[in-house]
Amino acid sequence: MTDDRATGPATATPSLEVCGLAYAYPDGHQALFGVDLTVGRGERVALLGPNGAGKTTLVLHLNGILGGGVGTVKVAGLPVEKRHFAEIRRRVGIVFQDPDDQLFMPTVREDVAFGPAAAGLRGAALEERVRTALERVGMAEYADRPPHHLSFGQRRRVAVATVLAMEPEILVLDEPSSNLDPASRRELADILRALDVTVLMVTHDLPYALELCPRSVVLSEGVIAADGRTQDLLCDEPLMRAHRLELPFGFDPRSVAVA
Amino acid sequence: MGAGHAHTLYRHGHSPVHALPPHCKLAATFAFVVVVVATPREQMWAFGLYAVLLAAVAAVARVPAGFLLRRLLIEVPFVAFAVLMPFVAEGERVEVLGLSLSVSGLWGAWNVLAKGTLGVAASALLAATTELRALLTGLQRLGLPPLLVQIASFMVRYGDVITDELRRMSVARRSRGFEATGIRHWGVLARTAGALFIRSYERGERVHLAMVSRGWTGVMPVIDEVAATRTQWAYAAVLPAAALAVCVMGWTL
Repeated sequence: MTDDRATGPATATPSLEVCGLAYAYPDGHQALFGVDLTVGRGERVALLGPNGAGKTTLVLHLNGILGGGVGTVKVAGLPVEKRHFAEIRRRVGIVFQDPDDQLFMPTVREDVAFGPAAAGLRGAALEERVRTALERVGMAEYADRPPHHLSFGQRRRVAVATVLAMEPEILVLDEPSSNLDPASRRELADILRALDVTVLMVTHDLPYALELCPRSVVLSEGVIAADGRTQDLLCDEPLMRAHRLELPFGFDPRSVAVA
Repeated sequence: MGAGHAHTLYRHGHSPVHALPPHCKLAATFAFVVVVVATPREQMWAFGLYAVLLAAVAAVARVPAGFLLRRLLIEVPFVAFAVLMPFVAEGERVEVLGLSLSVSGLWGAWNVLAKGTLGVAASALLAATTELRALLTGLQRLGLPPLLVQIASFMVRYGDVITDELRRMSVARRSRGFEATGIRHWGVLARTAGALFIRSYERGERVHLAMVSRGWTGVMPVIDEVAATRTQWAYAAVLPAAALAVCVMGWTL
């Protein structure tokens, strides 16, 4: 697959390079059948696909939680291998779907500090990193709150901050808009747009993908079934139908002006 | 803000006692309890002095007496046991209000009651002035195995999440017309407990995944260094030192 939408100079190493990735779970269920995907630095890409398409399996390969199948994954040129795990996990920031899983420390501040502290950061540098990350998601004044006393939207934003604090090469979001009310959804979109990092967004929320990601890939039955401009893909009705992707009632992707 | 926590033992404040580092307070409380237990039970006045000492600490910490006394109610089941002792113990007996009571039993009951109450009061005071989270860092600082501290801190973090899940399951049950009224419904409640266990277990797996993804390798990173100055240790030592003086007097007098 050619990296025709990579931004920046041609010499830049892409943030993410997945080559021929295949994986079967120990119970024999094969989830990925040779996935190729390249995401250039600074790109925002949506990973679309029906339930059971292998999206989560692919995401868990990006930081080496799953592995041992065929194919390679490289993050900013660094192969995902056991000896690089510490660095890989700093470079790949995964925001999981349920913020209650992501936020496991007693206060917001400690949770955001967890990643950088695990990487060895201490003292004033750590404080500074936490403050910056929380400011980028507009949650600085909630630093000393316990996470379970925040609203769902606030928890999702803090979850984004927890990975931003690690200054990742690529931000991977698993269903970022799920369970958010429209206002929280828009706030999160504003935050994501303002970030200067590569984003891979796993989602069913097609309007959200159109709003945020110029490029989309469709993962279906363990392979990349399509890769192109989000608007083009969403307007391709046979493709959408073939992969169980449906637009919300009354939404016409043609009618939306995107950058 | 920490007071927003649902843990009712803690009372938010800014007293000098609140400000002491948690491991100093833990060590002081522990030393105080040890000293109290080591005091001979016959020296009743010593226990009175201990109570005065605790009251003084409570006053400095601005913890109201009513708040502390209510926390003491947890002791009631143990007191019930102490009350039985004069009736069941062997040995010399005395007549009190027409009842025949054992002398050694009376001393035993007094011993349990006095030392137990002082111990519970000291712990309640500690809990009222130290946040649960700070207690955990204090324990870690005092050398409790990190694994135990991690388990305890996850209990603090996920207690509310799991209670919430339980409440939602209960609402779902009742919305379908189920009321647990008797023994016939225990099966349903047991299945709820089982489902809750599975859910918590799965959540544990997901949390573990999230931790590994952020570079966790088996040890919790140090985020807050809790360090105590010599002065803070000295302040914390006031209570056990005073108690020790009382104890020594109790043995020598």
